[in-house]
Amino acid sequence: MSAPLLSVKNLRVAFPTRQGVFEAVRGVSFDLGRERLGVVGESGSGKSMTGRAVLGLVRPPGKVSADKLELEGQSILNLPERQMRAIRGNRISMVMQDPKFSLNPVMKIGDQIIEAYRLHAGGAKDAARQKALEMLRAVQIRDPERVMGAYPHEVSGGMGQRIMIAMMLAPDPEILIADEPTSALDVSVRTEVLNIMDGLVRDRGMGLIFISHDLNLVAQFCDRVLIMYAGRIVETLAAKDLHNARHPYTQGLLNSLPRLDHPVERLAVLQRQDSWRDGPLEGERTETDFPGGL
Amino acid sequence: MLRVDDLDVWFGFPPDRVDAVKRASFSVAEGESFGLVGESGSGKSTILRAITGLIDSWSGTIEVAGQAVAGQKRDRAFHKTVQMVFQDPYASLHPRHSVDRVLSETLKLQGMGDIDSRITRLLEDVGLGQGFRFRYPHQLSGGQRQRVAIARALAAEPRLLLLDEPTSALDVSVQAEILNLLTDLRAEHGLTYVMVSHDLSVVGHMCDRLAVMRGGRIEEIMTVDQLRHGGATEDYTRHLIAASAGYERA
Amino acid sequence: MSDVQFQSRRDWLLTDAPQTRRQARLGAIYQGWLTFRANKLAMFGLVILIILIVMAVFAPWLAPYSPFSQNLADRLQPPSAAHWLGTDHLGRDILSRLIHGSRITLFIVGTVALIAPVIGLFIGTVAGFAGGWVDQVLMRITDIFLAFPKLVLALAFVAALGAGIGNAVLALAITAWPPYARLARAETLTIRNADFIAAARLQGAGPMRLLIGHIWPLCVSSLIVRVALDMAGIILSAAGLGFLGLGAQPPMPEWGAMISDGRTYILDFWWVAAMPGLAIFIVSLAFNLLGDGLRDVLDPKGAKE
Repeated sequence: MSAPLLSVKNLRVAFPTRQGVFEAVRGVSFDLGRERLGVVGESGSGKSMTGRAVLGLVRPPGKVSADKLELEGQSILNLPERQMRAIRGNRISMVMQDPKFSLNPVMKIGDQIIEAYRLHAGGAKDAARQKALEMLRAVQIRDPERVMGAYPHEVSGGMGQRIMIAMMLAPDPEILIADEPTSALDVSVRTEVLNIMDGLVRDRGMGLIFISHDLNLVAQFCDRVLIMYAGRIVETLAAKDLHNARHPYTQGLLNSLPRLDHPVERLAVLQRQDSWRDGPLEGERTETDFPGGL
Repeated sequence: MLRVDDLDVWFGFPPDRVDAVKRASFSVAEGESFGLVGESGSGKSTILRAITGLIDSWSGTIEVAGQAVAGQKRDRAFHKTVQMVFQDPYASLHPRHSVDRVLSETLKLQGMGDIDSRITRLLEDVGLGQGFRFRYPHQLSGGQRQRVAIARALAAEPRLLLLDEPTSALDVSVQAEILNLLTDLRAEHGLTYVMVSHDLSVVGHMCDRLAVMRGGRIEEIMTVDQLRHGGATEDYTRHLIAASAGYERA
Repeated sequence: MSDVQFQSRRDWLLTDAPQTRRQARLGAIYQGWLTFRANKLAMFGLVILIILIVMAVFAPWLAPYSPFSQNLADRLQPPSAAHWLGTDHLGRDILSRLIHGSRITLFIVGTVALIAPVIGLFIGTVAGFAGGWVDQVLMRITDIFLAFPKLVLALAFVAALGAGIGNAVLALAITAWPPYARLARAETLTIRNADFIAAARLQGAGPMRLLIGHIWPLCVSSLIVRVALDMAGIILSAAGLGFLGLGAQPPMPEWGAMISDGRTYILDFWWVAAMPGLAIFIVSLAFNLLGDGLRDVLDPKGAKE
């Protein structure tokens, strides 16, 4: 099949600190096709930093290095900010955890979408407005005219996240990176937002990187899952095989969740082992299978 | 242990008055663990804040250990009976106070003597060693901070512990540790819990009974057994259970 | 060997698991020092201020002449080997007067820096914490003070109290506190609803304890930063009062008064006014740089990382 959309080899992100260099990401490699790729890990595992590094959003003094960081064969490693900005808008988009912090609080939502759209596609204001309405409809906002005239604080969290997704999808990117897009949302809204994302990704044939701490959610939503621990991918598996995970860290994470259908007296506690930091990896395989149905 | 009857809580004044809790009633027996479940804005945390007097705009009856409370004033006996653990351990510890300062101030306020040995024991109780005594919050992980917050709540030797989403800001593996700690402490000290959470499975694990809240109202109260075996009678509860089971592709 | 010792002391200070209260406190201070030291310009400001303090302490030994001894034969001499910075219209050595004048400058700065933020902190935190009518009354008083230009208000105070260095300092302090009160109130408003305040309330902590033990420590750091940054302005205001003849009285070698003295001769004998002007400029700059460095260390928003 065709070459991967995004190819990452031995990605590293390092921050100098007083106690020496701290490596947030230590040699991450993966390929992304037109698929839903989940990246799972606990806080500090480097999952968000991986996403930021791909987008060139690691702030100094952080340093990004990699043997390969290619978007459809073109290297995007440490590009100058101007070129990176063009890529960030047009070809790779990112949805952040909390829409409250991603939207400008003193600007009407409609104006923000129009501006974002014109920044990438140019064109007349009227056309952009039509496009904005269309995008809001695409994320199943029933009353787009009203939402266009509202300020960010006037909409709910789920609505805000849908608006963010609409904005990010406006320029038809090839890759969408979603960093905990639903963890600030209530469960009932979460399903809707995921449905919308799923539909858009499928219809447009995008690659999706879904970063989350929620192992079960990722397994249900994605095709393939990378499990990160201490800056490395410790295990890669097909989402449907999650419950046959072999790495003790993955197993430990799964077991530490309380479950309604399986009551226990005490929860299993994850016993962290030093060997996970540098030990052998499970399913060490970076190429994509391009699973069917996409 | 706790009886809440016909509780209304509101914010602001008409015409901007927002009713956060409407006619909520429930009671919790001594030694029981009771859950309040709902989505954001359902009023579950507001109930805890009204009980503790952090909000004064409420009406109805709140009785703790047979004593009715009113308004915002709480006496010393109340603070010795009821304590609370907050949701975000990053916000509930004073950034410039060391663990030692937090605990010793609490013990002094509660009129306890023998502070040194009590701090030692509290830290042991919550699974932190002596090595943590002189650390500042920024030198602790989220789970460790929450343990300190639990130690602070236990310092008064309360009988009723109000838990406001105690693990929602933590990683799942840390959540398991904190939940286990809470289970152990409850058994050891014979505590009564009221636990607020948006996570049905956490409440299912920790509690005996629960109330499902929506838009400030209690939709239904049931036992965890009923919850597990599909005994929910309200549509909303069923919807919530289905949604928390995870994502199913539409 | 001393290297090893130094290394272990550094580790002891930087440890994440201090064993005693003292170690924890020293460690926190050392962390702050390291952050401060990383800011080169701030270090530069600190060095200048240390020189200023040394100068003030050892003024009688450092100054080549007496600041008051007049020598009309040597009046208005340009800078030379005998008088490095020249002499003024009464033949007094300008360098000696500057060195002695640093005492006055430090006195003014130190006193204002002690009085104004303390008043501001007290009024601001009480207003923010109490809310309601207390807040209204205190903040309207603050607004009244803020409505006047600082120097005009200080002038009015000095005019009422009488000219002199003590009254000048008092007037400056009284006019300098309102911005601190504003700042402290704003900080208090964000802190007072924090969970850690709620937690302390649940332990039965009263308002005084919350204010002093919990709110003040968090307001103090931003106030210190603000004070350091405002110092330049205070020095200038003090100099302004001196220039107008309402601060230090002759023959005191106050820098502002010295500029005022030199004003008559500024076209022909520039150094008489320029030298104290330069001194004021350097010290103001030093305080500004220091304030920047302190912000790196103390500002809670920066420290969070």
